[in-house]
Amino acid sequence: MRRILFENVFSRALTEPAPAVDDPELLTLAAQLKEGIDRTFGGSLSIRQVDAGSCNACELEIHALSNPYYDLERFGLKFVASPRHADVLLVTGPVTHNMREALERTYNATPAPKWVVASGACAIDGGVFAGSYAVVGAVDAVVPVAIRIPGCPPSPKTLIRGLLALMAAQPAG
Amino acid sequence: METSFQEFAAIEAVAHHHPWPRRLVEAEMWLDLAARLAAGEGTFLALWGDVGAVHLAFLDAGATAVPAVASLACRDGTFPSVAALLACAIRPERAIRDLFGLTPIGMPDERYWLDHGRWPEGRPFHPPEPAEASAAVVPPYRFLASTGPGLHQIPVGPVHAGIIEPGHFRFTCNGETVVRLEARLGYVHKGLDRLMAGATIERAAKLAARTSGDSTVAYSFAFARAVEAALSVEAPPRSQWLRALMAEIERLANHLGDIGGICNDAAFSLMLAHCSSLREQVLRTAETAFGHRLMMDAICPGGVTVDVKKDGMAAVRGLLKVVRAQFAELVELYDNTASLADRTVATGRLSAALARDFAAGGFVGRASGRSFDARRDLPYAPYDRLHFEVPVLTEGDVNARIWIRIREVGESLDLIEQILAGMPSGPIAVDLLGHIMGVSEGLAVVEGFRGDILAWVRLAADGTVERAYLRDPSWAHWPLLEAVIEGNIVADFPLCNKSFNCSYSGHDL
Repeated sequence: MRRILFENVFSRALTEPAPAVDDPELLTLAAQLKEGIDRTFGGSLSIRQVDAGSCNACELEIHALSNPYYDLERFGLKFVASPRHADVLLVTGPVTHNMREALERTYNATPAPKWVVASGACAIDGGVFAGSYAVVGAVDAVVPVAIRIPGCPPSPKTLIRGLLALMAAQPAG
Repeated sequence: METSFQEFAAIEAVAHHHPWPRRLVEAEMWLDLAARLAAGEGTFLALWGDVGAVHLAFLDAGATAVPAVASLACRDGTFPSVAALLACAIRPERAIRDLFGLTPIGMPDERYWLDHGRWPEGRPFHPPEPAEASAAVVPPYRFLASTGPGLHQIPVGPVHAGIIEPGHFRFTCNGETVVRLEARLGYVHKGLDRLMAGATIERAAKLAARTSGDSTVAYSFAFARAVEAALSVEAPPRSQWLRALMAEIERLANHLGDIGGICNDAAFSLMLAHCSSLREQVLRTAETAFGHRLMMDAICPGGVTVDVKKDGMAAVRGLLKVVRAQFAELVELYDNTASLADRTVATGRLSAALARDFAAGGFVGRASGRSFDARRDLPYAPYDRLHFEVPVLTEGDVNARIWIRIREVGESLDLIEQILAGMPSGPIAVDLLGHIMGVSEGLAVVEGFRGDILAWVRLAADGTVERAYLRDPSWAHWPLLEAVIEGNIVADFPLCNKSFNCSYSGHDL
């Protein structure tokens, strides 16, 4: 283990835009994101992810935001375990009838100011599951939605872009 | 003396069910088959409902065990419970009752499973007469009782602390030790079976691809093979090899993610950091090669929707080099970190007997001595022409489930190399329209990263899907997770859970 840690200390970080030579787009996004969060939350934003019925593909890509390539936390964006610590609910999936109450209770447990991000095709309009007897449908049929991130599933880059849009849309303070 | 498998085999098979037979049985034979499976003479594969009937898929006994389906007509809306004899059939049977309104006579657990009393309509496949919301009939859920001095309960979920799917876990503990875990699932039930019914093949394939997002390739693969079986169509050779390439890339991505994730649940985040960066490189390669990080909708009935893009093959070759070099170091790291082994060795042991009884697939079964891999045991193209080992261990603990994954990463890398070398040229899809004639049925079993996925489909004469059923390996794994946690401490649950990595969406349907 010591050898790997030693190598890591002296090797360059994988994290992309920081020195990103190959991805100026993400670098720009990242800078804007940081600025937006600084303005609204003094540098930090806590996100509680809620799977309200997704197929799990959305979760896989949200997970990827924490890998060394995207390293979301360096922007002050942090996933938290409790809705009581959250500023943003990142909701995926068509809301199933079986998850409706859980989503409502999670929303109610989140202190204001709070924003809901509907992430992925299903969260936006039910996706391929729209119309099922088991599905309520879009997230905004259950809780108010501030912003929608398209994709099936949204790629990590699209997710970052979406969170940026949220920050730009909210007035400071 | 004739065994019931032989008697069963003597029954005339239902017409146009491919490639393995489906036979109609009476209640006596139905129960006899269940008893044989319970006695370990064959292997349970799946139990699912239909309008007015139930189907039981199994591997019969013998060296050349092949799948077969027994179907029982439920004339008065009931059928003899298989679960009364076979524990792994308990939850499938509860789901059948919830969805089809068919009552298993003698079922050992009468609680509703997928139906939480929240669906606005009645049974989805049993039109309500009169209309009755499920809330009217489903009583509040009663968890199994645990009594004794010093016991307390820890309810967890459905919204969990991490970024994972929803489900409820009810722990009963004595101090730190878990006395009983009971999972309640069904939260992400989206009504997949009902949505499939009446859908075009194209739409049904899209739904199948979204059964469980981490196995989207495997599900598309299985569904496509079931449809092709029903229509007696072979997908073009190139498409079959491309499918295998995608399937192995998917397995690689998931195993890398899991190995990092399990170690992270023992607070060894160094492994997560390295594995997740390897996983990211796998997903980026998938995007370069097939245009989508998870390769969703890349496989369709009839072939594949996308050929390898320009630079795709080179990207995959480059990926092999990177993973081979870096993964070896990580394996060494895992093997040489005693504080990590202290958490994974002897934790969450699954006995070989339980793995066999539940026909546990994938790394769960293979870590507990059950050597089954659909790629080898029910070979399908192109795996019938590829060389690979199926690793098996007997310890059955978290450590063994990690080592199975580690070995399978190596096998997948070798397979990808063989696939790249043997990739035939030619068309990537056939048109299915010309092959549709009358009602036909198909069955397929495909090895996903967490185990064998079974897909069954009945096509109507107009080429739409009349009924489709997709069985996730997690149906077997979820109840086993409850068994392995017993006697472990609460803090080891995340390790056990992640080492199983069951699908919620694939199970809840």
